[in-house]
Amino acid sequence: MHHPGTNNKVYKKINDNFEWSKDNFEKISNILKKYPSNKIQSAVIPLLDLAQRQNKGWLSKNSMEKVAETLSMSYIRVLEVATFYSMFNLEPIGKNFVQICRTTPCWLRGSDKLSKIAQEVCNTQIGETSDDKKFTVVEVECLGACCNAPMIQINDEYYEDLDEENFRKLLNDLKNNRPIKIGSQIGRKSSQPEREF
Amino acid sequence: MLKQEDKIFKNLYGFDDWKLKGALKRGIWSNTKDLIKLGSDKIVDEIKKSQLRGRGGAGFPAGLKWSFMPKDSGKQHYLVVNADESEPGTCKDREILRNDPHLLLEGCLVAGFAMHAHTCYIYIRGEYYSESSNLQKAIDEAYENKLIGKNACGSGWDFDIFLHRGAGAYICGEETALLESLEGKKGQPRLKPPFPAGAGLYGCPTTVTNVETIAVSPTILRRGGDWFAGLGSANNTGTKIFSISGHVNNPCNVEEEMGISLKELIEKHAGGVIGGWDNLLAIIPGGASVPLLPKSICDTVKMDFDSLKEVKSGLGTAAVIVMNKSTDIVEAIARLSHFYKHESCGQCTPCREGTGWMYRMMEKMIHGDALNQDIDKLLDVTKQIEGHTICALGDAAAWPIQGLFRHFRPEIEKRIEERNRRVA
Repeated sequence: MHHPGTNNKVYKKINDNFEWSKDNFEKISNILKKYPSNKIQSAVIPLLDLAQRQNKGWLSKNSMEKVAETLSMSYIRVLEVATFYSMFNLEPIGKNFVQICRTTPCWLRGSDKLSKIAQEVCNTQIGETSDDKKFTVVEVECLGACCNAPMIQINDEYYEDLDEENFRKLLNDLKNNRPIKIGSQIGRKSSQPEREF
Repeated sequence: MLKQEDKIFKNLYGFDDWKLKGALKRGIWSNTKDLIKLGSDKIVDEIKKSQLRGRGGAGFPAGLKWSFMPKDSGKQHYLVVNADESEPGTCKDREILRNDPHLLLEGCLVAGFAMHAHTCYIYIRGEYYSESSNLQKAIDEAYENKLIGKNACGSGWDFDIFLHRGAGAYICGEETALLESLEGKKGQPRLKPPFPAGAGLYGCPTTVTNVETIAVSPTILRRGGDWFAGLGSANNTGTKIFSISGHVNNPCNVEEEMGISLKELIEKHAGGVIGGWDNLLAIIPGGASVPLLPKSICDTVKMDFDSLKEVKSGLGTAAVIVMNKSTDIVEAIARLSHFYKHESCGQCTPCREGTGWMYRMMEKMIHGDALNQDIDKLLDVTKQIEGHTICALGDAAAWPIQGLFRHFRPEIEKRIEERNRRVA
């Protein structure tokens, strides 16, 4: 199953130079303060995350080289980390990164139906990006919101308590640039027992 | 059933304000200075007295673990909180992190002080984005109000708390893999010994503890170890957050007394099994890593470490995954095998190769596309993986499959027979 975060190849196409934005440059100095001054390699995950955010959701070779340079690490050590962790995408993704949880607790409550709907509405396949670059749809392992299953993550946010109907609506709203509701789609607070409203 | 006044997590569902103002109202940070004045020996003794066992899965006695930290190593000591919650079925720490973060922070200070640590890292899984922003806001509030930082709570103890986000790797929930990750490397577990209490983060004495264990500790100190030990039964004391998911009418997180019966837990809090208790097929009682239990055992079993161990399963993280009779039980376990295949860090050969092999075999078993002797071969392979890897991920991948065949072997034999008849 293809997933931009689990492939081990660096995207070949050379893209333009990567320089830290002014904002991120300031953030970096704050991040580095968290770790002992001789252990700044600890900041590699936070910095890769920053780089990925600045680079539209994926890490190019240039961006990883920049992280290596900032932390005085060799490039291979940074690449090693970027390939190990599934949240780092090594190829471009669409504007909405739709991650459908496929592990048993979500599957028991119908996650495979969500997968079909996502492919249909987003007009793409699992692991692929739609032609209009609006959606990348992937299946991922447990996202840790099992009491709100089935659930998905789009970019940073969780969308929970889904069923076929509200999921189709959610994706269609997103497709047509209408506002969508974060969190539970049935108005439940956190993971409270549903009927004790 | 647990009395309202004995609940530790008063804002589990987030109906109340999670910020400092709400936390103060719930009594958090009320007399933290006095708790610290007890001194580190007394704190550890009180936790020992409470018989609190770690809430991250292994159930190691918390007081004992804290006491492993050396007294005068001459090095910096670290407390690392494991908020890398990714065990399938488990979503309890998430509610603490987003709805009651100050409960955790107060625990960090008290536990950190008891371990002679001035620095604490909270390692939260990367996917928990809004949870981490709540927690970061809570940390900022605590600094602004001098609850942590220099002279924390006026106790004379300097204590820093830093939040570190992971990036999507289940294995980083293993304590030494977490330390590797925190040091900026791939999250691959370390050989033990040395244990983290001797040489952990940056080679310094370190204790890695689950969120829930830390979050309950200030309440234990306030109300006394005896109060906590009075709940549940000996060696299985206190309250616990249970995550109930799968085929129940109202999936939810709920705080209950240890040792509550599994049936009561599901019927009282989760609205019962979909289709009624008689429609129950099997339950995984403690997160994906523990073997499943068939209905006959679920009828009577109690939810605590020792009772579940007796029936060859485990409490793990107390994540109850309920499956009713509409479930394809083989596929349910095959999905878990896929999870372990995906999450194996690739360091030890038995796990790296074995998890993939077991998954492919389980996929075949779903359709009966195997031979009868393949079952024994598969079970043999699970035994070859179990206990032969650096960390417990190998064991965790093997146990669900062993549990499946222990209780549902005839079902798979039937599938194999049916398919062979069809093909012939």
